[in-house]
Amino acid sequence: MLKIKDMKVNYGGIEAVKGITFEVPEHEIVTLIGANGAGKSTTLKTIVGLVKPAAGSVEFAGEDITGKDTNYIVSRGITLVPEGRRVFPDMTVLENIRIGAYLRNDDLSEDIKWVYDLFPRLQERSWQLAGTLSGGEQQMLAVARALMSRPKLMMMDEPSLGLAPLIVKGIFDIVKEINKQGVTILLVEQNANMALKTAHTGYVLETGRITMTGTGEELLNDENVKAAYLGT
Amino acid sequence: MVGTKGKKTLVTSFVCLALLLVLVIILENTLKPTNMLFTVLKKGAVYALVVVSMNVLNGFTGLFSLGQSGFMLLGAYTYAIFTIPVADRENIYYLYNGAALNFSFPDMFASIFGEGYAATFFGVILALIAAGIVAAFVAFLIGLPVLRLKSDYLAIATLGFGEIIRAIFQWNALGKVTNGANALKSFPTFSDFNITNADGEVILRLSTFFPFLIAGACIVVICMLINSSYGRAFKAIRENEIAAEAMGINLAHHKRLSFMISSFFAGVGGALFAMFATQAQAKTFTSSMTYEILLIMVIGGIGSISGSCIGTFLYVACSEWWLRFLDSQVVFTSVGAPSRVIFLAVFAIVVVGGAVLLIRHEMKTKKRKWAMALLAAVAAALMVWWIMFVATGNLILPLAKNGFRMVVFSIVIMIIVLFFRRGIMGDKELTDVAIALSRKMKAKKAAKTGEVAK
Repeated sequence: MLKIKDMKVNYGGIEAVKGITFEVPEHEIVTLIGANGAGKSTTLKTIVGLVKPAAGSVEFAGEDITGKDTNYIVSRGITLVPEGRRVFPDMTVLENIRIGAYLRNDDLSEDIKWVYDLFPRLQERSWQLAGTLSGGEQQMLAVARALMSRPKLMMMDEPSLGLAPLIVKGIFDIVKEINKQGVTILLVEQNANMALKTAHTGYVLETGRITMTGTGEELLNDENVKAAYLGT
Repeated sequence: MVGTKGKKTLVTSFVCLALLLVLVIILENTLKPTNMLFTVLKKGAVYALVVVSMNVLNGFTGLFSLGQSGFMLLGAYTYAIFTIPVADRENIYYLYNGAALNFSFPDMFASIFGEGYAATFFGVILALIAAGIVAAFVAFLIGLPVLRLKSDYLAIATLGFGEIIRAIFQWNALGKVTNGANALKSFPTFSDFNITNADGEVILRLSTFFPFLIAGACIVVICMLINSSYGRAFKAIRENEIAAEAMGINLAHHKRLSFMISSFFAGVGGALFAMFATQAQAKTFTSSMTYEILLIMVIGGIGSISGSCIGTFLYVACSEWWLRFLDSQVVFTSVGAPSRVIFLAVFAIVVVGGAVLLIRHEMKTKKRKWAMALLAAVAAALMVWWIMFVATGNLILPLAKNGFRMVVFSIVIMIIVLFFRRGIMGDKELTDVAIALSRKMKAKKAAKTGEVAK
């Protein structure tokens, strides 16, 4: 569904992503794991068009979307749950959810019901300002907001950041549930253990290059991965 | 997508607005037309529109712009140029041997339906729209380079724009259009909307109603816009640009749109200001006018339309009317003089109320006993002076001389910024407050009936 070929991204003079090639097949959960500064977030930002690549191509559902504007890419069916949640703090939960569907002109009531069914907690807080939610609730809201654009591919940037283990588990359960309902997921994580347990396929990113690939299970049992990312 | 609740508040708001307009007509036709109230209401309506237009940009989109007076100037001049009767142009532009443009909307309509109110009304409306369009178009051009900037830099660039526009309009070479540094006048003003009979006697006063109608209509449009999906996108940009962009909101497009909408209504406001002042002159649209508008926006609450409106009328009433007496020496002699009674009442309320508020604030936060005692002592001393004043009934107000009004004003503003930083309304609207109140009342009622049941 999503094919990245030899993508290079520069930040100022620094080469953050040094030519990576990977693929996200439809209906799968794919994860990119790696340490700080490996280029994971940059990869996601480049796919959704917030950053323009220096070289290489991004192909989505058979269409070349390299260097296109974000609003075009979002309208094609890719959405990003940004790092650190970034909900709109002074807007209500419902307004946040509606913003997610900004590029759609059809009736939203069904989708609002859908995300409220996924996250009943959000329905209880529908009129509350998003800034007053707890971290876990904000992460739920960020996911709900992203789902409102009816994405084919949802990209999540560090959904476990700063959340308690129990809440992280809840979030990942919901990620699986969303995937079962037909949304392809590209997950970027530092929490390699949780990510690899959830994902079908994993890629290991090291200082701008992909160094390893395999199914989630394979990587979980790989000695090198264990030593570098799982700490066992 | 408006729910039943939204519809209900919308209907209530419209009813309130209609009632307000009716009230204005009644007041205008019962009170003396020279009453200061009408100056305040007219200027207030004009300023309310400008403040709300600034709030669209600063409060809702989060772009800190200081170009409002420049766009008002554009609006005022566009309006004047398109409405000065052709017959008067020779006189007004005498320094430049007549105007370059000999065309006016009211004259055009007069040639269609003949002289009368209809021609003036439609001519004025068309000129107001033209004023807005010119301002919005210039905003579009300015926005191309300037909107790449953020916060302080944007403020500085737009401030510069205001100064440049003012200089250009005073430029001699454009004299045939702008009349150089001289005023443009004798265009239709608010008092042209008073309905007169054949002898020229006024039978129905509408000179305050007209600005209320126009400003009200514009503010309603702005409200609807803020509550639309565009408004949500503006707010999203204000809160977090990156997340907004990730949602597929085109930042450049929406910022430009917000800038143009804000300028459109600032232009209309500027045209109304020219009507209020009965002349358009570039030197009145200084940057201090922008600061005044910014100040009102802060007092009313950044991001609240009703706050802006309330703030405007309070500010205008204070600066034009209620605090005027501070500028001249006041001697209160007769015991029953209304100004004396009002002064005494306001003084008592401010001193006692202020002391109570400050002491409560202290009790809630730091609980410093000496500070509370000091506050109480100051308030008591002032009240003793007040009682003596009531007893003797004769006093020259201390400090009151030319310029003192601005001192008092500045102090009030400092107090607001220090203690009520969110302004009168914060970012809430009157409708939010009403809904919250009705919920509280219901809860109270429920509690009461519950008690009775017990």
